[in-house]
Amino acid sequence: MTLNSRISTGRRTFIIFNYTFLALLSLLCIFPLMHMLALSFSSGAAAAAGKVGLWPVEFNTAAYRNILNKPEYLTAFGVSVQRLVLGTLISLTVTIITAFPLSKENNAFQFRTLYAWFFVFTILFSGGLVPWFMTIQKLGLMDSIWALVLPSALSVFNVILLLNFYRGLPKELDESARIDGAGHFRVLWSIIVPLSKPALATVGLFTMVAHWNSWFDGLVLMNRPENYPLQSFLQTIVIQKDMRFISAENVELLKLISDRTSAAAQIFVATVPILVVYPFLQRFFIKGIVLGSVKE
Amino acid sequence: MTIKRFTKEWPLHLLLIPGVLIAFVFSYVPMAGISIAFERFIPTRGIFNSPWVGWNNFKLMMDYPGIDRIMLNTIYIAVMKIIGGLLVPITVAILLNEIRKEVFKRTVQTLVYLPHFLSWVLLGGILIDILSPSSGIINQFLGWFGIKPIFFLGSNSWFPYTLVISDVWKEFGFSTIVYLAALTSINPSLYEASEMDGAGRWKQTWHVTLPGMLPIIVLMATLSVGNILNAGFEQIFNLYGPAVYESGDILDTFVYRMGFEQVHYGLATAVGLLKSVVSLVLLSMSYAMAYRFAGYRIF
Repeated sequence: MTLNSRISTGRRTFIIFNYTFLALLSLLCIFPLMHMLALSFSSGAAAAAGKVGLWPVEFNTAAYRNILNKPEYLTAFGVSVQRLVLGTLISLTVTIITAFPLSKENNAFQFRTLYAWFFVFTILFSGGLVPWFMTIQKLGLMDSIWALVLPSALSVFNVILLLNFYRGLPKELDESARIDGAGHFRVLWSIIVPLSKPALATVGLFTMVAHWNSWFDGLVLMNRPENYPLQSFLQTIVIQKDMRFISAENVELLKLISDRTSAAAQIFVATVPILVVYPFLQRFFIKGIVLGSVKE
Repeated sequence: MTIKRFTKEWPLHLLLIPGVLIAFVFSYVPMAGISIAFERFIPTRGIFNSPWVGWNNFKLMMDYPGIDRIMLNTIYIAVMKIIGGLLVPITVAILLNEIRKEVFKRTVQTLVYLPHFLSWVLLGGILIDILSPSSGIINQFLGWFGIKPIFFLGSNSWFPYTLVISDVWKEFGFSTIVYLAALTSINPSLYEASEMDGAGRWKQTWHVTLPGMLPIIVLMATLSVGNILNAGFEQIFNLYGPAVYESGDILDTFVYRMGFEQVHYGLATAVGLLKSVVSLVLLSMSYAMAYRFAGYRIF
């Protein structure tokens, strides 16, 4: 009772309200995904009748079996994985080597400011959608994996994030290594990069998520649907409801499931990779976003 | 002297080559492609041999039926998103900061960040399903209260709100991080002092917490000014249809349809150029303001 009397009624009401409100808010953020998961494991009839909430009704896995029988889906998944691996490797390398010279002081690297403006200008101004598309077309990159990997290889925001991290490292490390006879390359690979692991993990995970999630470039740069990465494929099939992808044998299976359960399963499978890396992302991105947005 | 410098600094130049090349090819070359805006572009003749038409494409743009509507939609949707995207995360950060149970706090954070990491294709698919007027779970829920089904994605009176609310829903958790970071940097002795002076929780929030967050709030608001012509292409493209062009068509979706569906490259590039120029001005202004008022530098 002593405890209660110390806290005023108003305060207690606020605390209860606060906990309830934030709990509901969190639920609101994952509820749609949970609903889709429940739908994907429900029978087509139950889904159509609107009986599904957060728990599957008439549990079955037909929607997922449908995915396994859908070579287009699996191909698209494969393209996405390929793009993710290749794209992340290239992006990370380019980001590491671009951020290093830019992190130097002006007296250590004469042209730093010039280069910096060269890069920053690309976030201030762009040629727009059509010239961007025509450039890639003219380069002959259409329908190749490089079209999904190269144009986005350099993220100036990630470069800035990383160079700020480099700058936070003690300067004496660089100096003493230089005195010991190490060149720029040696300093970068043997000292800076190993010390930047947390920042590189942040940038790497951001890049991976970006690659996994992008769909627009696949949609306009790939003429042949079999080259679509997963999200572009889903864009046409779930959002535009493009029926070209439905083959004869799928029609049989489709009788067992509904459009809704099938869409739900396809969406859910595409979110699984994000859910898998999410715990790792969590650990890093708080530091990352704060580093990227607010600087002393 | 320059040669001496160069012998010392050449590895740094070498390291920059790939980055410079990528930026040049994929950012600067398309900038040259802007000349399409002043041409009657004929694909077989290419950018440099198509006939010049001066400002004709811009005149076409001005005369295009509904272009005013598109401009208005763009700014209206963007402004509403900016306001919602400031108010909600600030409120959530303040409320979250009051939580003493670390486990609860961390759980809430983990859950509210999640939508940020899903693409608008996936969220579009989810929203189309749950907002459906016939079978969507949201309308079923509203039905319990006797509310008639609402066609959130198909009605012009609802579509802009659906866009704003779903965008704020996706992003508020992520922006909350920035405000939470600002909150932890407020000197605790300020709270102690105000408590000594007899300030209750509300007064403390009003006189200590909010002023403490103000620099960050001003900074975030300033930086968002540069984005006033970005109403969110990815989201709208995945949620809209001809029925809601009137309320949901924005500059970016218009450019896409002109360029890729109607193959009207000149007009699409002209609209894109207008947008880029205005964005450049706004972004430069907002960065300059952010530097002046908050000491913010890009790097």
